[in-house]
Amino acid sequence: MGKLNAAAVAKIDEICARYKDEKTPLMMILSDIQNEYGYIPLEVQEIVSKHTGISVAEIYGVVTFYSFFSLTPKGKYVIGCCLGTACYVKGAQQVIDRFSELLHIKPGETTDDGMFTLDALRCIGACGIAPAVSINGKVYPKMTVSQVNEVIASYLINEEKEVTA
Amino acid sequence: MAKINIKIEGISYQVEEGLTILEAAKECGYEIPSLCTFNHGECNAGSCRVCLVEATGARGLVASCVYPISDGMEVTISSPKAVEARRNSVELLLSDHNQNCQQCDKNGKCELLRVASITGSRELKFSGAHSEAHIDTLAPGLVRDTSKCILCGRCIARCENAQGIGILGFENRGFDTFLSPAGDRSFADSPCIQCGQCVNVCPTGALMEHSEIDKVDEAFKAGKHVIVQAAPAVRAALGEEFDYPIGTPVTGKMIAALRRLGFEKVYDVNFGADLTIMEEGTELLGRINNNGVLPMITSCSPGWVNYAEYNYGDLLPHLSSCKSPHQMQGAIIKSYWAEQKGIDPKDIFVVSVMPCIAKKFEKERDQEKVNGIPDVDAVITTRELARMIKRAGIVFNRLPDEEWDQDIMGDYSGAGVIFGVTGGVMEAALRTVYYKLTGEEKDEITFTEVRGHDAGIREASINIAGKKINVAIASGMRSAKILLDDIRDGKSKYHFIEIMGCPGGCINGGGQPYVRSCFLPNEEPDIMETYKEKRAQALYKEDEGRPIRQSHNNPQIIELYDKFLEEPNSHKAHELLHTTYAAREGFNEI
Repeated sequence: MGKLNAAAVAKIDEICARYKDEKTPLMMILSDIQNEYGYIPLEVQEIVSKHTGISVAEIYGVVTFYSFFSLTPKGKYVIGCCLGTACYVKGAQQVIDRFSELLHIKPGETTDDGMFTLDALRCIGACGIAPAVSINGKVYPKMTVSQVNEVIASYLINEEKEVTA
Repeated sequence: MAKINIKIEGISYQVEEGLTILEAAKECGYEIPSLCTFNHGECNAGSCRVCLVEATGARGLVASCVYPISDGMEVTISSPKAVEARRNSVELLLSDHNQNCQQCDKNGKCELLRVASITGSRELKFSGAHSEAHIDTLAPGLVRDTSKCILCGRCIARCENAQGIGILGFENRGFDTFLSPAGDRSFADSPCIQCGQCVNVCPTGALMEHSEIDKVDEAFKAGKHVIVQAAPAVRAALGEEFDYPIGTPVTGKMIAALRRLGFEKVYDVNFGADLTIMEEGTELLGRINNNGVLPMITSCSPGWVNYAEYNYGDLLPHLSSCKSPHQMQGAIIKSYWAEQKGIDPKDIFVVSVMPCIAKKFEKERDQEKVNGIPDVDAVITTRELARMIKRAGIVFNRLPDEEWDQDIMGDYSGAGVIFGVTGGVMEAALRTVYYKLTGEEKDEITFTEVRGHDAGIREASINIAGKKINVAIASGMRSAKILLDDIRDGKSKYHFIEIMGCPGGCINGGGQPYVRSCFLPNEEPDIMETYKEKRAQALYKEDEGRPIRQSHNNPQIIELYDKFLEEPNSHKAHELLHTTYAAREGFNEI
């Protein structure tokens, strides 16, 4: 198993300690770790298991059950395409397929340069603006296949600005 | 508990309040078709929807395994609506089930196939996609094939309840859900102790032992000297595979069957058990007299040894260095026996018949080889032996009772027999330690204070020749953990601890015949609670009937030391009969 550095272990210990008096602390611990590191690999789950007494298999089950949790690091920009019923009938599948095609990754994967992660989401409650896409919290309403290229480009241009600045 | 009035199929009954419909119906003589023929509380209650019935006061059909009875309730099991609903539930389960039943070793013992039969599921009504199969054949002990899994969760509950290690869980969600050790890893790459308790409770063929019948066949084909040795717990349960009541010892018929299967010699592992007592008893006295590491813990159970290596690497010096009885005996067969018979050890193939699947892992360990030659070449379970007997056309109940081979080894004492039950190794060791400390035999041979047949911890203080020896016994890792944490914290007051991997010891091992009330119509209704005790009694009875009941009085053991090993814990004994342990990482790098 890959070894975590001491600082990361201490941080996870600290997160677990936050909820030591909770009856059912698992979801809160996992949420905090997901927010802190962007993913929850097996070696982190082992530490959580030691603190909570919940088996690693059960924790792994929770992590893989909820799409909010991730086992692998996410990219700098997380593209969430809603595939809920309303978005789906408005053509969300074609939108996510176009992202897939342009980024050369399948839903759930991250580009090799660590820039983009593509996620398929269940309903995000934005049915009125279907099909909806959310990138790091910014929502793009009524997305069309032809806009996808433009949206990706806007982030890449932003990146170049950051590098040159 | 108060009694309440209910009706089932229009007939009035009085039953205890608080029961589920399924339990109440059973009390009244109805067996609602279900997959709930197992211990209460070891499945995802209500999720399979097989046991649906109509009940007044409920909306629609209810799952009888979870729905409580209430006063005045009228239950209907036989209505066309309920019958059809149960059949539909089973057909839905079958729609995502790998139906290669004739290739499945569980055939004949499969609860899903049974319930399909009694609910009348004859057609494949629901066809469509199948969920992806996850298959793990890397571990020597057990195999996992999720194409046969019905997601009942019994294995998850058993692993957690008995061993407290929760190796198995469900991954992903919805149609993609599958059963697995964390990360879809192999059992071999997880801290799984390969005890096989999960295999014992699986209703289908999703979890099975890693069969080695083919290996045995190959050895016969290659013309090897194939020697078989059978563990004590096997004789107490093998009969169940041939419809004998639980707890019927079938030692004589088992020996006859093994001989007819072509094995050159048929030895009792109890000879090895007696040898273990000589070595382990001497080791214990040595540790007590020389301020050695105490408490000393038994090392016969490979499931327990795996657990120790994964979880208590710091306590490994507490484990006896003795190999387990069948490994010791294998080492003797390939040295002493081979020498006496003039056979090259490389031409000998030793098969162990075990109630255990962790033994399949144990025999592969590098520490269980002498000069690169494994002590034991194949391990088959009690269940696999039954399969070999059936396929050879041997009618088990018509076999004569025969005796073990006892040419230069194989004689055994009653002490060896009781190794198969929790507390047995302790009692066997105490009989010999008593003699070594006092120079005489105990009048009342037995030490009943250490006996039991279930999980949990027992303890006793035994006064021998003015020395007080504190002992404890635990089976199942959930119980063992309590004793181990005390040692770690420096609070343990014991000299000697016996730990067995499976709750109840080897009689309830992961390789023993499946106990399912639905396949045992002639047993008492409480058989799921009493079967361990019944199997244990079969062994205690055999102990009582043995002319010699202490390991140190076994004449062939005495002869083995005189002619070959010199004395217990000698240099030669260490080379052949003792082993080492190493801490292991649970989730290793893969």
